[in-house]
Amino acid sequence: MDSEPVKSVRVLSPSGMLGAGWDHATIERGIALGADVISIDAGSTDSGPYYLGSATPKTTAKAVARDLRSLLTAAAGAGIPVIVGSCGTSGTDSGVDWVAGIAAEVMAEEGLSLKVARIYSEQNAAELKEHLDAGRIHPLPPLGQLRAETLESCTRIVGAMGHEPIVQALRAGAQVVLAGRATDTAVAAAYPLMKGMPAGPTWHAAKIVECGGQCTDNPRAGGVLATIDADGFTIEPLDPAVSCTPISVAAHMLYETANPFEMREPDGTLDVRDARYTAVDGRIVRVEGSRFHVADQYTIKLEGARITGYETMSFTAIRDPLILADIDAWADLMRTMITQRVDQTLGLADDEYAFDLRLYGHNAVLDDLEPEIGPPREVGVMLLVNAPDQATATAIAKVANPLMLHLPTPAMDYLPSLAFASSPAEVERGAAYEFVLNHVVDCDDPTSLFRTEIGENTDA
Amino acid sequence: MPETTLADLAHEVRSKNAGPFWVTMELFMRDAEGYRIAADESFLNERVIAELYRVEESTVQMFRIPSLNVVKISFPRPISQGSLRDRDMHAGQHHVPLARMPIKRSADRDR
Repeated sequence: MDSEPVKSVRVLSPSGMLGAGWDHATIERGIALGADVISIDAGSTDSGPYYLGSATPKTTAKAVARDLRSLLTAAAGAGIPVIVGSCGTSGTDSGVDWVAGIAAEVMAEEGLSLKVARIYSEQNAAELKEHLDAGRIHPLPPLGQLRAETLESCTRIVGAMGHEPIVQALRAGAQVVLAGRATDTAVAAAYPLMKGMPAGPTWHAAKIVECGGQCTDNPRAGGVLATIDADGFTIEPLDPAVSCTPISVAAHMLYETANPFEMREPDGTLDVRDARYTAVDGRIVRVEGSRFHVADQYTIKLEGARITGYETMSFTAIRDPLILADIDAWADLMRTMITQRVDQTLGLADDEYAFDLRLYGHNAVLDDLEPEIGPPREVGVMLLVNAPDQATATAIAKVANPLMLHLPTPAMDYLPSLAFASSPAEVERGAAYEFVLNHVVDCDDPTSLFRTEIGENTDA
Repeated sequence: MPETTLADLAHEVRSKNAGPFWVTMELFMRDAEGYRIAADESFLNERVIAELYRVEESTVQMFRIPSLNVVKISFPRPISQGSLRDRDMHAGQHHVPLARMPIKRSADRDR
């Protein structure tokens, strides 16, 4: 990739996630409109800590292969690069290799010869501990100071790269960049920044396109094309029947972000307070006035997950209005009975395991924030047990089984039989994880925490 | 007659996780009049949100955006994402207590 200055850069964003699927015609239209690069996010922390903790992709391989086929064939035909960020959902090293393996298969089948770069973002607790000891790791709210034990307890830690490692790979000649964990925006910002586009419009455009068509009036109809230049950017949907409006574009700045005016990236902060959104026509929007303030200290954000225990789930259901009329008392009795029976049968005190009893149809989702009162028509009862090992979690759920089948309300003098959803009633969920890091590392070199391997053509 | 709620005056009320440790909500009000009601600090403020969601008032952030008729509210998730007691992985259903807030009664209470 040359780094000659250009007047504008067109970024094609097919979708919010690799594997989500799209109509290939939308990609062809983006190419016809003059796309200079295709960028797509392949991951997020959005779906919870399991994917990082276990290094498991959320998407299925066939969906990733289908989408990569669409992108790689189109990009190879047009001679433009493809950038994929946060490979394998969480951006672990195995996630990068998983996507690289699928890409290699697709390229072999399609007879494509493209140079692939893999950028690894997984972090080693021992090396991070040196940064911690040197006072270079800082918490982001609401978490507090990091402790070394927390780093050591993580099964996986990744750092979210900025655009620099991606630019470095492009400059080294990569036609396909498969990045580990990257900020959602770095994936789309890398190529325009390399081509000299200004940081304010570039990072703002990158935020707007990071979820594909979510900034349009029909998010199900495919992605968008952002054209970035010296003064701002324009954005247009890839599907000619879909529109961007000043409201739909501005509103996307609110999505999944705590602060709608500022967004921190590794090298500074995007500031959209003075951004102006105007309609170019009925479906294209122009944005100007976005600013970027370079930070005094370059920082890389860390994400880490650890095992909290092993879980077993059991699910039964209640339809009898006599029980439903007294459902809270029934649930209180259930909690008491489980605790007693587990103590009697397994000899476990209540601080040696944990369980959550959820009344779906009554107040499971909002729990004590639930504002509605009155008896439900039907309730699904989920018992979720967490214990230090799987066998104990399942033993506790099995001790609870007769209660989940027959527990009466305190006022009943007979045993009802409740509606188990499956046989067996218990489902082993395996290891359960939690996110424990929300910290940044001070870095002098934007690429120092990341490792890049560039393969020969098709040698992914 | 049933009370008028914020949802009645809104095009959309939504909630979503903003990273594993924060939840954020938006009231997309239908028009400037609805926005004026939702953005009224004597009606909807950090203290009211703290009571509604049982969180620390000092952790609640509110953003009022008249150009979009939007009021946005963010605060740390009381239960971290994916933990045993997290019943709403994407925090996508936690807008409901906010959406059903009656506008008259609360406005009266704060007067």
